[in-house]
Amino acid sequence: MSSKDVKIKNFGKKTDQLYKIDLSDLPKLPYPYEDWEDTPIPEIPDIKRNGKNITLDGILNVAVPEPQTEEEKEAMVAKFLEGLGKLLSKENNWTFLKPFLLSLDNCVKCNTCSDACPVFEMSGGAEIYRPLFRSDVLRRIIKKHFSPGGKLMAKFTGADIDLNWDTIARLAQLAYRCNLCRRCAQTCPMGVDNGLIAREIRKLFSQELNIAPAELHGEGTVKQLDTGSSTGISPVALMDLMDFVEEDITDRTGLNIKIPFDKAGADILLIHNAGEFLSWPENIEAFAIIFELAGLNWTLSSEMVGYDSVNYGLFYDDAQLAKVTLKHAEVAKKLGVKKVVVGECGHAHKAIMAIGDRIWLGESNIPRESSMVTLEDLIMNEKIMVDPSRNEFPVTLHDPCNLTRSMGVIEPQRRVIKKICPQFREMTPHGVNNYCCGGGSGFAIMQSNNFPNWRYLVPGRKKFDQILKAFTRDELSPETKKYVCAPCSNCKGQIRDLLTYYDAWDKAGIMYGGLVELIVNAMVDVREGFHEWDFH
Amino acid sequence: MYWAQILTYVSLFIAFVAMIAKALRYFRAPESFRWELYPVPHEKGRAEYGGSYLEELDWWSKPRHSDWFKEISEMMQEIFLLKGVYHNNRKVWTFSLPFHLGCYFTIGWLLLLTLGGILEVAGVPIASDGNTISILIYYATFVCGYVGLVLAGVGALGLFMWRASDRAQRRYNSPADYINLAAFVAVVTVALIVHLSVDPVFDTLRGYVGSLVTFGAATPPGTLMTVEIVMISLLIMYVPLTRMSHFVAKYYLYHSVRWNDEPNMRGSKLEKRLVELLNEKVAWSGDHIKTGKKWVDVVQESGNEQ
Repeated sequence: MSSKDVKIKNFGKKTDQLYKIDLSDLPKLPYPYEDWEDTPIPEIPDIKRNGKNITLDGILNVAVPEPQTEEEKEAMVAKFLEGLGKLLSKENNWTFLKPFLLSLDNCVKCNTCSDACPVFEMSGGAEIYRPLFRSDVLRRIIKKHFSPGGKLMAKFTGADIDLNWDTIARLAQLAYRCNLCRRCAQTCPMGVDNGLIAREIRKLFSQELNIAPAELHGEGTVKQLDTGSSTGISPVALMDLMDFVEEDITDRTGLNIKIPFDKAGADILLIHNAGEFLSWPENIEAFAIIFELAGLNWTLSSEMVGYDSVNYGLFYDDAQLAKVTLKHAEVAKKLGVKKVVVGECGHAHKAIMAIGDRIWLGESNIPRESSMVTLEDLIMNEKIMVDPSRNEFPVTLHDPCNLTRSMGVIEPQRRVIKKICPQFREMTPHGVNNYCCGGGSGFAIMQSNNFPNWRYLVPGRKKFDQILKAFTRDELSPETKKYVCAPCSNCKGQIRDLLTYYDAWDKAGIMYGGLVELIVNAMVDVREGFHEWDFH
Repeated sequence: MYWAQILTYVSLFIAFVAMIAKALRYFRAPESFRWELYPVPHEKGRAEYGGSYLEELDWWSKPRHSDWFKEISEMMQEIFLLKGVYHNNRKVWTFSLPFHLGCYFTIGWLLLLTLGGILEVAGVPIASDGNTISILIYYATFVCGYVGLVLAGVGALGLFMWRASDRAQRRYNSPADYINLAAFVAVVTVALIVHLSVDPVFDTLRGYVGSLVTFGAATPPGTLMTVEIVMISLLIMYVPLTRMSHFVAKYYLYHSVRWNDEPNMRGSKLEKRLVELLNEKVAWSGDHIKTGKKWVDVVQESGNEQ
């Protein structure tokens, strides 16, 4: 059985693969991609599969080890139920119990969420990717195993699901087919949040069964807490990188800027996503140029974790989420800064500002602000002067979900970009109603096996469709250079990968980057040409 | 006491207990991490585009301006016009709006019958030729009753047909979901037949409700009306046991989660509640969590993770 129309009651059935993506089901892309032929998703060879269960859709991002014996399988099922019990308890899950219970209990099955979900839409309507499908698998298990008379009434109440190892293994995989963008929740008339339910499933697997994608856990939060950054950059390596950054600033602009580190009592502690240090140092440089030329009293930190705003715990695990954000709080408190400013990283905004709001307590409760707001103040109040004609090319803006839908930071970045980019145009829809880049919830950093192919073809396809539609047919020629501004490191990574997969730089002249690069490119006190049309 | 009266009392009691239990389930759930979702309607001057006070420079040092009128207005539009459904799922709205409006009118009808019953017991007859209050209640009951029953019936039938004919709906709806709607259709149909044939201005039913209020004996009102009373009583008992009573949860979904953007300030009551929660003991058995320790100890461990 491998069908687009999988039914929940068959979710636990023995089969090699429940669903296989058929490229002909995927919606067509607009001009100039009408004749674009997608590359089929490669199958995972047995050697790479290496005992992992990929029976959901043949895609491998979360490694679910296949138990060897029936007894082991039963033990895993029992452990899953134990974890589910904890997920429903105040002691173990006070962090999300209220929204979780509310979302579990009150779905009226109207399926309004399905129309809002880019994964479901761009898969061509594959049933397993319907937001309700995933949530209902969990609901049925809970109804059957945690409600009085649940098993007896299963058929009547719609709790007819077999709870076996395959059900659990597939549910773990299915939790990682959602971007947690919460667009479904936004349109739900009840306010039910399927994104939250997906995250709670991820949490159960991580916190009880030690199952989580390596990029998020072992290579993510664990590495960050051990070495200082999920990129593996140690405090010593960071200082070496900074030498390069300072030299590069001089080469690009002629300015001699010394990036401040560990300045006690500074007004601002700026925290970047450390991915910028490696992939987009121009973003670090641009922030330094803007803050220095504006005369701000600011600093970066070289303390463990203090130089990396990343917090992948947000995507899968409350304990790891809290551990990392408390490290950020500790660093800010130790430096005695007046406020923490979060650089261009959407999920870091949410972890540090919104989640941190409930866990940076007492003296650790240092005020936190979005860099979008700090930058708006500098530009709109003319603390730095800009010449918009330097950005005389078509620009569109991607809205990171965590910054917009989850935090309501919508206009500051728009006011800035409208001031510095004469050819700015919005995507449709945008702002609080945006579509995820397709790399949300950690997907952008998952680069192994065949998962990236799925990421480009399904969730990323909607964003690529939006990007193309933001420009006119004439503008879509490769000769007209265009810029997709993504003020978020993870989104930027995803958009880079999308543009590469769809060959959009060569085929349509579409480039990407952050907001600060555009600002520096327009600054009258900086030599012209900071932004280079060099796709990387 | 007439046996149907006992049934009605039992139904009301069960419904009351079920509703309280439902509200307490959410009321007692602890403070959670922030998980709001924009637009948040009380964000003054920003709700229109989905903005928040986090757009303000040094937001923590400035007074927050909440637009409670806008929030109430949003709630009213949600409750009485089903604004969210209108914008995001017009097909459902076509049936859901009459159904919900029908339920509101029907609730109003039952309340007016109760009020009328009390007044009649107190010696104020409810009639078209009585005093002003009496006339007002007489006609309001008449209008609410028929409008409510017809709208609820049409809406429930439409929703039933939609759930039965739509492929996705058939997949995700259980027999109980269809029975819930069918029960509404059946009760409304019986009520309309009864009143159009034997009690067109609800005098008899008002008398019955009055007897409930005074715990007095009621004269059995005939077979047809007894059937209606039994069906309404059973429905009153049944609805709070199903997710059709989602209005309780919706309050919490919106106010405690979706629109809850209250920042935690130093020394606040919220902070005290959070400190207490950090002392909860954790039983998760993941390798990176030290089972049995307090939450605060678990998350303050650093380095050498497994």
